[in-house]
This record gives sequence, structure tokens and C-alpha cells, in this order.
Amino acid sequence: MTERRLAFHHPPGSVTETREIPLKLELRGITKRFGDLVANDHIDITVEPGEVHALLGENGAGKSTLMNQLYGLLQPDEGQIVVDDEPRVFKSPRDAIAAGIGMVHQHFMLVPVFTVAENIALGAEEVRGGPLGWLDRRRSRRDVIETSERYGLPVDPDALIEDLPVGAQQRVEIVKALTREVDLLILDEPTAVLTPQETEELLTVMRSLTAMGKSIVFITHKLKEVKAIADRITVIRRGQVVGTASPDTSEEELAALMVGRAVNLEVEKSPAEPGDSILKISGLVVDDDRGVRAVDGVDLEVRAGEVLGIAGVQGNGQTELVEAVMGLRDVRAGAIHLENEDLVGRSTKRILRSGVGYVPEDRSHDGVVKEFSVEENLILDMYDRAPFGNAFRIDGGAVASNARHRVEQFDIRCQSPASLVGALSGGNQQKVVVAREMSRPLRLFIASQPTRGVDVGSIEFIHSRIIHERDQGTAVLVVSSELDEVVGLADRIAVMYRGRILAIVSPDTPREEIGLLMAGITGDTPEGAK
Amino acid sequence: MSTTTVEEMAEVAAPEPFWTRQRHLGLALILIGGLAAVVFGSLAPSEDARFTLSEDAAGAALSINGQFGAVLFGLLTVAAGGVLFAGLLKRWSNVFLVAGILSFLLSFLCWQVAGEFMPLVDTTDGTLELALPLILGALAGVLGERTGVVNVAIEGQFLMGAFAGALVGTMAGSVWAGLLSAAVGGVIIAAILAVMAIRYLVDQVVVGIVLNLFALGITGFLYERLMQPNAQTYNQPPQMPEWRIPGLADIPVVGPVLFEANLLVWVALVLVVVIHFGLNRTRWGLRTRAVGEHPTAADTVGIRVRGLRYLNVLLGGVVAGIGGAYFTLVATGSFTKNMTAGAGFIALAALIFGRFTPFGAFGAALFFGFAQKLATYLSAIDSPVPSQFLNMLPYLATLIAVAGLVGRVRAPAADGQPYIKG
Repeated sequence: MTERRLAFHHPPGSVTETREIPLKLELRGITKRFGDLVANDHIDITVEPGEVHALLGENGAGKSTLMNQLYGLLQPDEGQIVVDDEPRVFKSPRDAIAAGIGMVHQHFMLVPVFTVAENIALGAEEVRGGPLGWLDRRRSRRDVIETSERYGLPVDPDALIEDLPVGAQQRVEIVKALTREVDLLILDEPTAVLTPQETEELLTVMRSLTAMGKSIVFITHKLKEVKAIADRITVIRRGQVVGTASPDTSEEELAALMVGRAVNLEVEKSPAEPGDSILKISGLVVDDDRGVRAVDGVDLEVRAGEVLGIAGVQGNGQTELVEAVMGLRDVRAGAIHLENEDLVGRSTKRILRSGVGYVPEDRSHDGVVKEFSVEENLILDMYDRAPFGNAFRIDGGAVASNARHRVEQFDIRCQSPASLVGALSGGNQQKVVVAREMSRPLRLFIASQPTRGVDVGSIEFIHSRIIHERDQGTAVLVVSSELDEVVGLADRIAVMYRGRILAIVSPDTPREEIGLLMAGITGDTPEGAK
Repeated sequence: MSTTTVEEMAEVAAPEPFWTRQRHLGLALILIGGLAAVVFGSLAPSEDARFTLSEDAAGAALSINGQFGAVLFGLLTVAAGGVLFAGLLKRWSNVFLVAGILSFLLSFLCWQVAGEFMPLVDTTDGTLELALPLILGALAGVLGERTGVVNVAIEGQFLMGAFAGALVGTMAGSVWAGLLSAAVGGVIIAAILAVMAIRYLVDQVVVGIVLNLFALGITGFLYERLMQPNAQTYNQPPQMPEWRIPGLADIPVVGPVLFEANLLVWVALVLVVVIHFGLNRTRWGLRTRAVGEHPTAADTVGIRVRGLRYLNVLLGGVVAGIGGAYFTLVATGSFTKNMTAGAGFIALAALIFGRFTPFGAFGAALFFGFAQKLATYLSAIDSPVPSQFLNMLPYLATLIAVAGLVGRVRAPAADGQPYIKG
């Protein structure tokens, strides 16, 4: 048994056989601390051979930390990893792979300028010898094709990674793990970047892998997928196992386990009462950082008192669209009007002060200054204006009293308003951003990925504030790659694909239909024909 | 089946912007070509420009009327530019670009050489010799940068190599001992760079600059205190012998340049080929490039990121140190303070201009070597063009390259970023 995994791959010819004894994994009392923070607190999990074991938990619950220990990227402070009843110590991923454990990371571990075959071979190269190890590229290619055919995962060995869509990159990652003959596959938030259709395909792949005797640990915070695929569910909260559940547990119960209290998954709102047109975008064309067209002729209108949601897989121009509206990115063609005012060419500061609130998608880069206190972050937009100050000084008293007020109003959990924002949880940081952006009189509120990396409790709160803002008569534009969020918040949904709005649909539209649109498939006549 | 994907529609609709890179380059070539034809042509005397195969004015030669040549090659530059501008033969655009630049150069030479002569063997030989340290320095850079460590300390490695080569070479009375210790000198600087950059995560450019100053200071100090007073015992290293391969050395131009040359020429040429194939065809190279592009990905498949970085930076130290040996064991017979005079920075320029590839760096180093050789030639024939202009060329060319005019220079994605595990 111990010699089972000394070689990275079987000698050629023996590859078709699968393991006789499927791999059984036990984690016993795994504990990992970072300073004072206990990321994993005596976690016990058993993954039976051939099962899909879902690890459910909110962002920051400690799922990824746990899996990084299992994969040898981190070492546990306490506890044991037991593979097939034998305790193992993984000093590096090399050891984990040798023990039959593979991992597909949330952020793909692929070199963009390498080919598929090079990426798959990396670290376990086929060589013909020589002092530096002359690569046997033909054998590497053949291995890729063999594995890809054996598991029904089509990949082109000669394609460059940077040219592939995310779904295909993920297949490459899975093939990469499988060529290493692993028997247990860890999938870390694999569906975060996929369209609903790609997610379906992935679930099918997972089913066929378990049918072939592989075990899968599926890390996620999406309840629907867990229920669809998992054989067993372990829920983690704040670094501790808070319970195990079977897949027929209801979504509400799972959510309650995850958060620690009952959660309202639906966004409560009354029907919208749209008023005048506030934001009008016509023929907008914007390039991304590389100069590639990202927004390609977008027409949109957001009316007072309604939420327009933009659905779409990340990277289809949503980011650039919002940045163009906010004056953060050059407009190549087209017009953006806030009521009668032309926003194109205006500075971001002026746009903000014309009554636009903006929650940027990358909170830690663009939303808050982590080294500043909560107080300071709450006035980043108004520091040079009454009542907080003027061109020369800032009135500390006004800043502090504003902060006390906002902290209470927006339920920002912090030790004191003077503590650094960097010390707050993701959800509370986001509440600081939302509180700041909602403190000015607004005509338009734009929120990009408003609840990314935010705990379920805070999601509820932020959603209710957005609806509240809408009911005050503000026009709201919400961009999210989480379809549930868009459907829950929006009164109208615009589906964006490759820089264009493919369709504007009602939130009652069946999800499959929206999913197809997100994949760029329009049911009827081509929309671009106009 | 009326299902249509947007992809298909987008392909029809996507218009190409008018001002492509080709057009910009084409326009630039047309402008400088026209300038060459008019200015060089009118300034050039109507006398023969002779490019001789021998060392003097006599003997076999290629000759062309200077004025005619200046105008002709100027117009050829315009023609090459025209092809690029018209968007013809896009697959060959780089060929036309190079042809355009070369004919511009020839136009310039026709003007300068008219009424004079230019010995081709001496020019080629000088070009290679001046390029030699640049090639080695740039290769050292390739090793470091492809693995993700920026090395701006090539100048310092040169100086340490030159100094150690002279000192140990003299004391041991052996040029090979000198060469070996030159490599050690380069490795010492490389080791400090590696530890600072990889272990202590210090900004690599800052470390590099400090190391250059350190090398300049310590070699300068030891030179003044130790070498200058006792030049006999410490600063008269034996010189690298020239090897003449009979038969091959008699081939015109190529023979004397390649087959009657010192060992370092061969070391450099072999290293270019070895590093090229090493990087692209071997396990070591694949892992090196992976570490330079996406260290986390390399780590997750069990590659020791830091170990590989140490190895490659130290190997670079060996190569740069040997490059430093050129100054004391080949070019001049002794060490002097700051004798490398910025060659390490030109090597860095060659590395970038050569797009971080061994052959690219080799070509760029040759080009810069030629510019330097031309500068000395021009001052020898009392040209009205100040030689400083040509000495400026490497830096100017690098600026143009970095600005993205001659193809996109893409550094390894993780170049200069320390790798922090976990």
C-alpha cells in the first residue's frame, strides 16, 4: 500500500486500469491558526470512496484553508490527514499528488502563455533524458489526448491557455489532475466563473468521475449546486464543522446552518413604480486595458425608482461599462446622459457629486482604503466639503459624529469608528462603502458585485438597503455575476454577452432562458441585426 | 434552427482600426527613408564609397557611388515603408521592417564612406568583440528574468568579474584561474541579489542598483589601494589566447572573425544556443518559464519555486562574471576603475530589446556592438556626425522597443515579483 504512489504516472500501457481500492480520506482534528485567528478549529471530515462530498460554508469560513492543508500548500498546526487508514504528512503539493489527491483551484493554476499540453505536463514532464531533461513533447501530447478521451473531457493539447474560455480552462485543470492519476479531486468553488450551462456540464463530469471510482470534495457556497450533486454535505462556519446534512435537506435549512440563524433567501420588495428616465446610455463603445473592445454598442436606460440588473458571466464588458459611466475609463463612442447632463468627459469627482453613488466591484482596491479608519473611509467622497471640512482642514468632530450615526444606521460591526477598515470582515467593509455612497442625495446608484465576498447576513442587509434606495425614487443599476442576486433585486434584467446587451427580460423569465442568453445564445432572430 | 451565437455576428461586424502598428511603422520608415534620400543624398559627395575586404584601401572591394547609394537606399527604405503602410504581405511585415531599417543604415553609410573606405573584416570583427560582453550580460539577464527575478546588477557583475579576473589571473599567472574567479565574482553579486530578492523580498530593482554601486565602490577602492601601487603583482593578467582553426580561418570575412578568435567568442555563441534550447525544449526550461510566468501554478504542481530561482540567478552570475572577464582578459590587459563604463546597462537594454529571448538578446547585442564600432569608425574618418549620436543608439532603440513600436515586448508575467508561499 505504501508504494502505491511513488511514481507520478503509470508506465505507458497500464493507464486504462483504475484503482482497485478506492481512496478513503479522513481529516482528524485539523487545526490551523494565523496569529490569533483560528481558521480551522479541530475539523473532522471523512470522505468515503466514490462520493461527492460538499464542503459548504460562507466566504471566509475556512474551507479553502482546510483544502490547502490537504493539498500540502499549508501545514496544519494540529491534527492528522489519514489516507486509506494511514496518517500522512504533506509538505508540498508533490506529496499530496503522490498520495492520490488532486486539486482544481478557484483561480486556475495555469500558465497563460503555455499550451494546454505544456501546462498539463508541468511538474511531471515526460523527458528523454539529457542533463536538463529533454522534453518528450509527443508523449506529453499523447498523454493529454488519452486522458481527455478516457474521461470524456475534450481539450486541445496545442491551444494556448490565454486563448481559451474559462470553461475550457477548467477542463484543462481537471485533466491536469487526472493525468496525475489522482483518486480524490478537490474542486474549490468551481462554478464561480461558469455560465449555468457550463455548470451543468461540470456537474455531469463530476457524476461520471465518481462513477469511475473517484472521490470529489466540492467546495462551494451555492446551495442549489450542493443539492444537485452532493452525496453528503459538511457545513463549516467560522472554522468549525457545524453539521452534516444529506442532499434532501432544504435550502433554507442549509442556509441557516451556514449562517447560524434563519435566513431570508428571497429579497423582499414591492413592485417597482418607475418614473422618469435618469440614466440613458446610447451606442456606448469602450475598450478594455489591452485595447480590446469590451463594450460594443450598448444602449440602456434606467428609470427613477427601478432596479436594472445586468446579468452575465464575468468578463463580458460589465466592468468596463460601469467604469465608463463613472468616468474611470475612456469612452470611444456613444453618449451617457444623467437626465439632461452629459457625463462623457466629466471627472469621476464631478460625476459622484452630480448625485451618483457607486459601489465598485473590487472592494479592497477601489472601495475602501484599508489603512484608514472607518470614520475616514466614510467621508472619502466629502472630505473637502461642509460639514466635514474645507480645502485646508478637516473637522474631526463632524467626521466622528457622522461615523457614529452611519455605523448605527448601517449596522457596521466594528470595535469603534476609529478602528481600521482593514480589520473588518468583508461584509462590514462593504457596508462602509454602501453607507458612504448612500449618504449623498442620489439620483443614480450603481452597485457592481455588491455582495461579493460578503457573508449571508450582510447580503440580506445590503439588498434591503438597495431596495430601500429604489423606493426613495433613485435609479439603481446592479451588476452581478451571481444570477440569483440579479433575479432577486432587479425589476428588469439586461443580459450582457461579449460587450453587447443581448436582451432585456423580466425577472420572471425562466432561469434556463437567461442562462442561454448569458452563453450568447439567442433563441430567435439575431439581436444585433436591429 | 434559427439559433445564432453572437460570436458569429461579432466576427462580421468587428472593424479594424485604420492606424495599426504596421501603418505607424510604415509611415515612420517612409519619413526617415525620404529624409535619408534627400539629406544624405545631397550631402554625400559624388565619389565612390568602398567597402574593402582587406585591412587597407587596396584589394578587393565592393564600391558604389556615394551619392547614388545614399539616394538609392533611402528610396528602398521608403519602399519598405510603403509596403507596410499599404498593409501588403502582412505575414512578412517584420522582414520589411528589418529591410527598411537596414537600407536606411546603408544609405547613411554610403554618405559617410563616400570618398573613403570601410574595411569590412575589421568592422565585423570589432562589432563582435564589442558585442561580446553585451551578449553574455544579456544572457545572464535572460536567465534571471525568465525565472522572475529582475537583474539590473549586470553592470556590477561585470565589474566584479573583471576585477576578480585581473587579480586572480595575475596572482596565479593563469588566464584560466582568472576566468574561473571572474565567474565567482559574478556569482557573489548574484548571490546577494538572490538572497535579498528571494529570501527577503526586497524590491529587485533597488537591490540591483545598490549592488552596482557596491561593486563600483569596492573594486574602485581595491584598485586604488592594492592594484595601482603594485600593478606588477596584482594587475597584469595573462591574456586569453586566440585560437586559429586552419582552413576555416581563410574564408573571407567570416574566417578571421569566427575562426581566429578568442575562446570567449565561442563560449558566448554556444551559450546563446544552449540557453535557447534549454529554455524551450527541456524540463529545466519549462519549469523556469513557468516560475517566471505563474509561480503559484508551478508551486501547486510541486515545483520548488525559490530553489529554481536561486539556481537560475546564480547561473546568470556565472555568465555575467565571464562577461566581465572580457574586459580584463581580452579587451585590455589590466583593470581600471569603472572600466565597464555602463556596458552592463547596454546589456540590459539588449535583453529588453531582444524581448527576453536568447537569440533576440544576441541580435540586439550585435546591433548595439555595431553601433559602437561605427562610432569609432566615424570619428576615425573625421565624420561631421558626432560619435555620441551613435553611442546613444542602444538607449534610443530600447526606448523605442519598450514603447511597443517594434513588436510588443512582453516581460515574463511574474518578473520582479517575489514569491510568497501560501
